[in-house]
Amino acid sequence: MRRWRARGAGSRGVDPGSRAAGMLTHVVLIALSVVTLVPTAWLVLAAFKPEDKFAPQGRDVLSLFIPKDVAGEGEGGQFLGRDWRAFTLKNMAEVFAGGEVEEGAGGFSASGERIEKEVGITTALRNSVFFASVGPLVCTLVSAMAGYALARLRFVGQKWILGAAMAALIVPAPLLFAPTFSLLEKLGLLNTLAGVILPGLASAFGVFLFRQATVQSVPAELIDAAMLDGCGELRSFFAVALPLLRPMVGAFLIVMFLATWNNFITPQIVLQTPELLPLSVMIVQLRGSYGDDYGLLMAGTLVSVLPVALVFVLLQGDFVRGLTAGAVKG
Amino acid sequence: MSPKRRRTNGAGLSLAGPFVVLFGVFFVYPLCYSVWLAFQQTFGASHARFVGVGNFVALVSDERFGIAVRNSLVYTAASLFVQLPAALGLALLLNRRGLRGRSVYRLILFSPQIFGLVFAAILGQVFFSKEGVINQVLHSGYSTLRGWLGGVGIELEPVAFLEFAWLGNQPLLVMIIASLWMYVGFNMIFFLAALQNVDEQLVESSMIDGAGAWSRFVHVTLPAIVPVGSFVVLLSVIGSMQLFELPYIMLDEQGAGDKGLFIVSYLFEQGFSAGDLGYASAVGWVLGLALIGASLVQRMLAREGAR
Repeated sequence: MRRWRARGAGSRGVDPGSRAAGMLTHVVLIALSVVTLVPTAWLVLAAFKPEDKFAPQGRDVLSLFIPKDVAGEGEGGQFLGRDWRAFTLKNMAEVFAGGEVEEGAGGFSASGERIEKEVGITTALRNSVFFASVGPLVCTLVSAMAGYALARLRFVGQKWILGAAMAALIVPAPLLFAPTFSLLEKLGLLNTLAGVILPGLASAFGVFLFRQATVQSVPAELIDAAMLDGCGELRSFFAVALPLLRPMVGAFLIVMFLATWNNFITPQIVLQTPELLPLSVMIVQLRGSYGDDYGLLMAGTLVSVLPVALVFVLLQGDFVRGLTAGAVKG
Repeated sequence: MSPKRRRTNGAGLSLAGPFVVLFGVFFVYPLCYSVWLAFQQTFGASHARFVGVGNFVALVSDERFGIAVRNSLVYTAASLFVQLPAALGLALLLNRRGLRGRSVYRLILFSPQIFGLVFAAILGQVFFSKEGVINQVLHSGYSTLRGWLGGVGIELEPVAFLEFAWLGNQPLLVMIIASLWMYVGFNMIFFLAALQNVDEQLVESSMIDGAGAWSRFVHVTLPAIVPVGSFVVLLSVIGSMQLFELPYIMLDEQGAGDKGLFIVSYLFEQGFSAGDLGYASAVGWVLGLALIGASLVQRMLAREGAR
């Protein structure tokens, strides 16, 4: 805070040319920030707008976001000449209740089954939470165990395991779509929760990250000391190493949470029953049944994005670090 | 680097075991199986017929695969030559000494990352629809401009923006714009990190030597960010060539046809709509080998550069 103010004070002495450049920088950055935020702002507002308030009023671009107060309509809600009272919680209530799907509006799932009222967004939200918590938790544990073992222990086949995991890093995911589908069919896992979760549990990238983290932040001497105190190898992993690996556990959990929450392809390939679908697949199917009611569609989208936005706001640092580290996966 | 290690088969295998089993079943086996599949023609998952290199021969003369490859290459080129320079430009702007509110700008520009591709695609489709926000803004902006120019006697032709179907007519352009929105701030973060490697003293001494802004950029800044840059380029190529969710969801029923066909979309269509997992695997291997090749080339270049 103090440094910030000092810098501001110092800039007063800078020559006018550089100050003009500084102003220009801000103008450009503000303009780009606005452009970046427009879609998100529209989404948030649209989620609370009734169907009949989506048409623009004349040339007023702002009315695409907030309806203009046409005389006599929004009495009392005229702050800044806008009809603030038009906003409503009706869309939210409707997407959670499953909505009144209009007859003939196309409320059918991919398999031709009618999407029933109760299979609305609530079930999909629950499924998403389930997939995005169970999978990442197990995957993180499995990766941490293997990463630690590969870094600190010696056992048969270690070199092969490490080599295979490192080679796996450069194999692009689409290569595995078809054979994984085929495998799941043979195992009888199509259209099951396990079929969605199991293929994502073996993360070569996670093993790579936790192996690095072990080398960097788990001193071998500490493990040796724990062993001298009578800890077994397994206990020294769980009691000594794992707590030291906590920053990586946090970052990796976030990456996996995001990846699973937003994963579309796996559930789309594996699942058919509407009751099992996560939000990412359900929202695409609901698009058909909501038809042109953008308010409903955006309410559903907002609900789908909100948990991730929450993680973003609460854990910004980890979020950015995790995502940029996660990019290594490609 | 590491001190004496104990030979601990029991503990090692029990810690690494879960990963090894899962990795074997859900990575190694499918990968091997996809080699076998690439030489089969399949109808659903259970009926396969050996066709040798037939799938690959068919791919060479498959016009639609050609279109998909071309579209993916154009999209990738846009990522490299539009998106990455834009991200670098933003990073340079944010890196100005004494810039106030840097962390706020960075946060805002990065914020589209909260959208998964599916949800971004849903929003994007509404934005680019005929009466969507994009066209409404163009319409209103253009008619305001016409009004002004009309006032000084310049007549502009009316343009029916609200009739224009972006998704149907310009799917590739829409994909490029949408991914610019999603990823430019993301790539910016890498460049911002890389810019911290720039030697401030070198910058200052070159300023004293009278080097202009451009020559400073080329001779001091650019060399310092090349290592990160080559990595970001590789990530962009890998990510762009695997474009799938955005077009699959955004262009659904928009009449774009093969103008919006990309390699992974084609793989998905062949494998899961047409039911030929063999042909899909062949597509996967062509893409996979190309991307593995790109990774190896980048690693080689990075190693050369490090010397």
